[in-house]
Amino acid sequence: MMNAILFLIILSLSFLVFFIPKSLKYYYTLFLLTSGIILTSLWCFGVLNGNNQQLNIQLYTSFFNRNFLLTIDSLSAFFIVVVNITVFIGFLYARGYLQPYYQSKNALRFSIHYFSYLWLYLSMIMVVMIRDGLSFLIVWELMALSSFLLVIFDAEDRTIMKTGISYLIQMHVGMFFILISFLIVDKATGQMSFDALRLYFASHSNFLLFILFFIGFGIKAGFILLHTWLPEAHPAAPSHVSGVMSGVMIKMGIYGILRVIMSVQNDLLLIGLIVLSISIASGVFGVMMAIVQHDLKRLLAYHSIENIGIIGIGIGLGVIGLATNNTALSLLGFSGGLLHVMNHSLFKSLLFFNAGSVYQATHTRNIEQLGGLMKKMPYTAIFFLIGSLAICGLPPFNGFISEYLIYMGMFKSLSAANLYQSIVILSSIVGLALIGGLAIFCFTKAFGIVFLGEPRSEKASKAKEVSRVMIFPQFITVAFIILIGLASVLFVKPVFNIVFQAFRLPDMTMVANSSVNNLAQISILSGIFVITIVILLVYRHFYLKTKQIDIGPTWGCGYTAGTSKQQYTATSYTYNYNHLAKPLLQTKKIMDDFRDDEIFPVKRTFESHSDDIIKKLLIDKPIDWFSSLLKKIAVMQTGQIQHYILYAFVYMLLVFLLTYFNLI
Amino acid sequence: MMSFVLILIAAFFFPGIILRTKSISSGRKGQGILQPIKDIGVLMRKGSVFSKTSGRIFQIAPVVALSSVLCVLLVIPFATQSAVISFEGDFVFFAYLLAFGKFFTILSALDTGSSFGGMGANREAFFSMLVEPAFFILLATFAMLTGYTSFSGIFSHFFLAGTHYVLIYSIIGFYIFVQIAMIENSRLPVDDPRTHLELTMIHEVMILDNSGFDKALIHIGTYLKFAIYGALMYNVIVPAGWNIFLQIVLFLTVQVVFAVIIGLTESFRARNKMNKNPKFILTISAIAWIAFVVILILTDKLI
Repeated sequence: MMNAILFLIILSLSFLVFFIPKSLKYYYTLFLLTSGIILTSLWCFGVLNGNNQQLNIQLYTSFFNRNFLLTIDSLSAFFIVVVNITVFIGFLYARGYLQPYYQSKNALRFSIHYFSYLWLYLSMIMVVMIRDGLSFLIVWELMALSSFLLVIFDAEDRTIMKTGISYLIQMHVGMFFILISFLIVDKATGQMSFDALRLYFASHSNFLLFILFFIGFGIKAGFILLHTWLPEAHPAAPSHVSGVMSGVMIKMGIYGILRVIMSVQNDLLLIGLIVLSISIASGVFGVMMAIVQHDLKRLLAYHSIENIGIIGIGIGLGVIGLATNNTALSLLGFSGGLLHVMNHSLFKSLLFFNAGSVYQATHTRNIEQLGGLMKKMPYTAIFFLIGSLAICGLPPFNGFISEYLIYMGMFKSLSAANLYQSIVILSSIVGLALIGGLAIFCFTKAFGIVFLGEPRSEKASKAKEVSRVMIFPQFITVAFIILIGLASVLFVKPVFNIVFQAFRLPDMTMVANSSVNNLAQISILSGIFVITIVILLVYRHFYLKTKQIDIGPTWGCGYTAGTSKQQYTATSYTYNYNHLAKPLLQTKKIMDDFRDDEIFPVKRTFESHSDDIIKKLLIDKPIDWFSSLLKKIAVMQTGQIQHYILYAFVYMLLVFLLTYFNLI
Repeated sequence: MMSFVLILIAAFFFPGIILRTKSISSGRKGQGILQPIKDIGVLMRKGSVFSKTSGRIFQIAPVVALSSVLCVLLVIPFATQSAVISFEGDFVFFAYLLAFGKFFTILSALDTGSSFGGMGANREAFFSMLVEPAFFILLATFAMLTGYTSFSGIFSHFFLAGTHYVLIYSIIGFYIFVQIAMIENSRLPVDDPRTHLELTMIHEVMILDNSGFDKALIHIGTYLKFAIYGALMYNVIVPAGWNIFLQIVLFLTVQVVFAVIIGLTESFRARNKMNKNPKFILTISAIAWIAFVVILILTDKLI
């Protein structure tokens, strides 16, 4: 009872943010956010410690005749922890990030922004706690609305407003699919909730309903074909919002999919295969598109698609494991996927925060205009580097641990798998290896071009390190990233338990124990690696002191008068790759050819950009077609009142005739 | 521990053998077998020149790259003795830790701000990305064949699995490891270490601005990597159960043969055209796929 009252107090206090003086709004929101986080964390630890399997909190007994009940099981608890960490750090970061906007935007703007941030948090928390269908849809809608308001913070810019609206529409398409799925369940079982799913699946086709749910939740998560909103909305939003959206909000889609899978009873193999193949495609496609992006935040947005793909590979393998009674594959697949949810929320939000810092310092997100920032913004650079290493799945950072679990699930099941399974598993291994390689290619580009070398424009050369309030919160994220990487066992064990409880796996102690042993060995080896680096660096430091050190220009093949424009650009870095990936990328180049009579070349411009082929086919083309159709119909809109009266008359006549012949 | 020592010994002579092979086959008197090691001594004694553009990444990258190579050394087994540290999936760690070192090498090339550095960096990143699947397919094939998922487990059960067909995947494995080693160490036919034109270099152009101590570290890393891949090749072609002294002799023989292969390839072959390289590298993955299909047939899963 106490829990419910506290939660309701936080909910209702959130409205007061509109009446607080502008300078105090931030602190008031921070206070509410912190109390919410502490409260929900307490609930979670109770569940995760195993004191009670499930925690029920009754908010209202009757709410539109519905039971407004918060239920926390271990899966919800896991997601709550993930949400809490990232949302909290994001808000701490927001203080510095929003500083420059304090003069240009009025108090109402800030109220709306903070209020939506708070409600994005609360709705995400409630999404993972509510089981009842209608209430779930309400909070799901709240999540979409609040994130929409957050995205359009900079709405003076027309393109941002447009992006925001397109985001809102696509979110509602997803919501529509979830609504339909719930209605189908309601029609068949008389109940509309996640708990009724089990009932429905027991007697109906599992596959079709799952696909409906998958489309609905997949749009949120950003699987390929459903991802079209993602690369648009993330760059448009302020960086702390992009961090939260990409870090945790899209994971709500993953949560939904997991919640549905928990109830699925047959067709598991088919479902697993579909999830797996879409995920591999998302992973490879996401990173392939990311490589050719020049907008730093858009690049990161495409990486979200890639990481959702990795999470999906874990889930897909887990489901295949359930279907084939392969406990090792289920446990390691689901755990790898879940842990990657957490890992991705950490390193992706870190990367977005740093992209925001770069934007604040240079006022551009175009990586072709950056360069040499490592010397000017050392902290930002090091954080970005750590984030890059982690997102590439390199040890000793956290990304490696989750990818390792997924790899292990696959390698362990190979010898016992039959023909089709082995082919599927091998393809996933290749997919994951390829994703890893491509990610390294992408992030060496991103980090190298943005932070290393010489500044490529005046904006970049004038950059200064961002304020301390923006740097400090990122230390927390980095600490988590390194902690999960080096002491993985502490985090993997609880995740194993969550998976064990959520999917009712048979005995799995053997697999779990051996994995924990392996992870301990990895920690040792990672430790050795770090120690070797430190020893060698110290040795190098003292060794170089005894030698003569000169500073000179970079080797330029004898030509030393180069300018910073002669450096390798992001476009040239990806030239090789572009050549290979031509069919998928559709890179367009805009340049005039040389004329025959042109003896001395005149000034020329060169431009190249790559379209998202899926967005083009799925969104742009149909919209173009539809608007051209509407334009044709618009002939009827003549502006002459006589015509309109005629339309009304024809309509009445039509209704009259149809009724007369009993057609309507 | 034995593998550790043996690989260090092999790495000591490896570059010299390549050089000797090349000089003999081209009819030159050539350098002594220890010349590369002496060169390292020379580099160590020299001072360093750093580019004024470069920053911290450039300073630490050689150290990181060498550390990653030293650490993956620990997971390589020898004969029946398992590696210093062995756990399930250690080859995943192997591949990813080497990638970590490579990540920093690439960044250090970009850190100099020279377009040559960028050129080498992008080629190296691109080619090593393409070669990644081949390694994983091969190891997956071995894992499926033996039912073990660590280097030590796979290699000690390698020859027990399907006794009569074992030569097929031994040979395929050997071939693929040779190719991967050539690409990872930037040798012919993908990259030519002797080339003097920056525009056609891959690995060399990335380390153009390194000098003295750092350059020595980079060389040591390369030599160790050769010996590591040599050890992997040895493990796929020699059964683990044989007499230990015979094994040591055979190990060194395999390393010498590997070095001679590299020397001969570099003497008699021209480098690929740069835009042919992706095809060449993907072919290796294709061969690994074939190995996988062969295993499917042998384990009665297919047909």
